[in-house]
Amino acid sequence: MSAVAGRRLRWALSDGLVLAGRELAHLRHQPGELVAALVFPAVMVVLFGYVFGSAIEVPGGGDYREYLMPGLFSMVTLSSLMAVTQKVAADAEKGVMDRFRAMPTARSALAFGHTGADLAGGLLALAIMMGAGAAAGWAPHRGAARAAGAVALIVLLRYALSWLGCWLGLAAPSEEVADRLGPLVLPVSMLSNAFVPTDGMPAWLRVAAEWSPVSALTAASRTLFGNAGVPAGPAPWPLAHPVLAVCLWSAVLLAVFVPLTARAYRRRGR
Amino acid sequence: MADPIVLAEGLHKRFGDTHALRGLDLAVPAGTVCGVLGPNGAGKTTAVRILATLTAPDAGHARIAGLDVVADAARVRARIGLAGQYAAVDAKLTGRGNLRMFGRLFHLPRAAARRRADELLERFGLTAAADRVVGGYSGGMRRRLDLAASLILRPDVLFLDEPTTGLDPRSRGAIWDAVRELAAGGATVLLTTQYLEEADRLADEVAVVDHGRVIATGTPDALKSRIGDRLDVVVADPARAADAAQVLARLAGAYPALAGGTRFSVPLTAPVRLADVVRELDRAGVDADDVALRRPTLDEVFLRLTGADAEPAEAAR
Repeated sequence: MSAVAGRRLRWALSDGLVLAGRELAHLRHQPGELVAALVFPAVMVVLFGYVFGSAIEVPGGGDYREYLMPGLFSMVTLSSLMAVTQKVAADAEKGVMDRFRAMPTARSALAFGHTGADLAGGLLALAIMMGAGAAAGWAPHRGAARAAGAVALIVLLRYALSWLGCWLGLAAPSEEVADRLGPLVLPVSMLSNAFVPTDGMPAWLRVAAEWSPVSALTAASRTLFGNAGVPAGPAPWPLAHPVLAVCLWSAVLLAVFVPLTARAYRRRGR
Repeated sequence: MADPIVLAEGLHKRFGDTHALRGLDLAVPAGTVCGVLGPNGAGKTTAVRILATLTAPDAGHARIAGLDVVADAARVRARIGLAGQYAAVDAKLTGRGNLRMFGRLFHLPRAAARRRADELLERFGLTAAADRVVGGYSGGMRRRLDLAASLILRPDVLFLDEPTTGLDPRSRGAIWDAVRELAAGGATVLLTTQYLEEADRLADEVAVVDHGRVIATGTPDALKSRIGDRLDVVVADPARAADAAQVLARLAGAYPALAGGTRFSVPLTAPVRLADVVRELDRAGVDADDVALRRPTLDEVFLRLTGADAEPAEAAR
């Protein structure tokens, strides 16, 4: 590697870290967001685990809250996408992005900052959700190594989704449009195996649900945590090989949206 | 003259159907303040965005200190500062947090970024508010912080896009002082403004932009001279107004406009001596309360140049 490329890489990393630190500083100045982040998992566990869960039958038997928690982990993961979209769109609209672009800051830094900060925030959100799950009786059953594997997959897909979020934030015509995407988290995560088994859905909806990355991630978590709901019989490919499916989804998302994001950032205002 | 530090030649830019720039040329010598004047939509902001590497021109080229803004964008960015009409600071961070972050992104070491942030907070009177979140700042404080952020690296060229639009007179004064101080320190400042007074007070040279082109350049004085002085006369007796008008028409070569019964104003196409005016009025038996030669304001120059005033002139020809 040439000296110039080495220096550029170092600056890209350093700039990315500064901008990730900026996102974390936002949290410090907005304790409300942190409180919301703490309350949200508890609300979800109560709402789905105890309200809806009282009427849902788990396929193959088992406790619904055991079945539910991997689904909630997936939902938390998906919410990263909308959060990053909103933050990037806000930077673009408020002119902060123009300041960054008129500075000798690495071109990739803003995206690395947003995705990196989201990764840190995502780990925290996942830990809180796991704590809420544990309080409701959820636990991993297949050992620390597999549990760590599940966490790694969740984090991997989250990171890949946050790049899609970056691109959407740059592509959104305004901050307002980006904000409107937020509420889509719920329907998108529900159109999957996260909350209910897909068996009862009409065929066309079932195919969409089975091939959703949310379903693959949920199935992978259930398998690695040893929770209820792992399909016993024949399952469609992504659910039969959920770990591989999550890795493929992540690879495809990163391969497509890292370059698209870089291009959109470079070409802004042209 | 040395090479201009800011040079734009034949810049063209369109956004869809809007032709924002149609061959804009601009040259700003190092160490001067250039005021870019123009009505809304004239292309001022687009020109600044191209010079500050934010937008690429469709045609033409621009150089900052000899560096092309497209090909050498990275090196240009290390030498410029940009403060826009929308205060581009992070509303969710404190004032100090913003300046430290921007310092780090300008690749200052951590300690230097802290020191520079403190210096700039002090200089812009923001020390007391430094640890408050910017979302709670007034418009003037935000704009000062924005200007401070653009000065972190002590840029050779500073672009200010309508830096005082919407500010109260006190905040405006603070920004003006900062610009003067920067210019005195040898920086080159290019500022766009809709306020003629601002250009008149700050700019060494003014470039008037209209419909995406520079239609006039020069010092504020030179521009004023282009449209000539005015002769203002106040007569004592309204009954003699007609006689006074005759005299003034003869001297100035144009019929004067009457304002308020006794007050006349006429543009001068050629120099006239005050003594002659007084003597001629006296000879006609008109008692004058006041006779004065007045330089036009930059507003009058601007209106004339940008054509708001052009139709009557055209018709008279």
